[in-house]
Amino acid sequence: MSRRGAPPEVNAGSMADIAFLLLIFFLVTTTIETDAGLDRMLPPMETDGTIIDIRQKNIFTVNINKENLLLVEEQLTDLKDLRALTIAFLDNGGALSGTPEYCSYCKGERNPKSSDNPTKAIVSLKNDRETKYGVYITVQNELVGAYNDLRNRESLRLFKMKYTDMESQYLNSETSMAIKASLKEKLGQIKAMYPLLLSEVETVFN
Amino acid sequence: MFKKSKQENLPEVSTASLPDIVFMLLFFFMTVTVMKSDVLMVENTLPNASEVKKMQHKDRIIYIHIGKPSEQYRKLRGEESLIQINDKFAYPEEVGDFVLMKLAEMPQSIRAFTTVSLKVDKNANMGLVADVKLELRKVNALKINYTTYEGDAFKNQK
Repeated sequence: MSRRGAPPEVNAGSMADIAFLLLIFFLVTTTIETDAGLDRMLPPMETDGTIIDIRQKNIFTVNINKENLLLVEEQLTDLKDLRALTIAFLDNGGALSGTPEYCSYCKGERNPKSSDNPTKAIVSLKNDRETKYGVYITVQNELVGAYNDLRNRESLRLFKMKYTDMESQYLNSETSMAIKASLKEKLGQIKAMYPLLLSEVETVFN
Repeated sequence: MFKKSKQENLPEVSTASLPDIVFMLLFFFMTVTVMKSDVLMVENTLPNASEVKKMQHKDRIIYIHIGKPSEQYRKLRGEESLIQINDKFAYPEEVGDFVLMKLAEMPQSIRAFTTVSLKVDKNANMGLVADVKLELRKVNALKINYTTYEGDAFKNQK
């Protein structure tokens, strides 16, 4: 049975209004949440109390007091200078050429009074209980930034690609397994050159 | 030729595709929207940092909030920073149990990759954060993330 004439059309004019209403609701409620931050591994609880001897010159002390002032290697320092100082310390490569600790890729001053090798250089961070968290994060950020700068430099030299870019590609879940495997190897190689040695546990000087 | 067509009335712009466009936007926002699951009872202005890493898997994150109590809790709780876990204030000693409980809820396969996200207000004191870190070390939850906003880290000083 055929109908007489065309069937009446449903008025879709209000569809746009309804969609707009929903759109505005979601626009308002959306907080595009970016859970990003500084990753850090805590040291495991030591029960055996082993004491590791480290040479004084291989330790870079960073101290934040309760007035949120920064003491780097016993010197009052501005936060803005921390990154450059950290890079200078890590990249120093003070060990003499020929010794097993010699650092072939370091571009630092090779000051014998500063760190021997990036794999030996330790950054020791201490803070007061009344230090503000914001300042602590700034310091952490600058220390990680120093490591990232050095790693990026070596990564660009060896693989023509930034370390941080390789890392984000590695962490991306859309990257294929084959690429991930090769990236992991490269990341490991760079990490071995500049391992992140950041200590927040008590260091005893004697 | 051209003159003739100009003299005629301009045809109306068809708005038939408008709903489609709006729906497209709607679906985009619907998919990216994350409804906040827990109500914050503490002030939580995260600090800025530039060297951040994104956290990929939402199901592998345990959140701990630290900050001053919000306005309506000040009278009862005072001005000092507190820890909030699971919609209530907690003492540092409770953090370990909370993390273990959360871990127990997770499937075995992802427990080893779990990260504890510390969402700490930038004006909080490090003392409380240090206490929480110690508790986390006690229960061997060593992977932590100082969750921050992406931005200039030097703004934190103000």
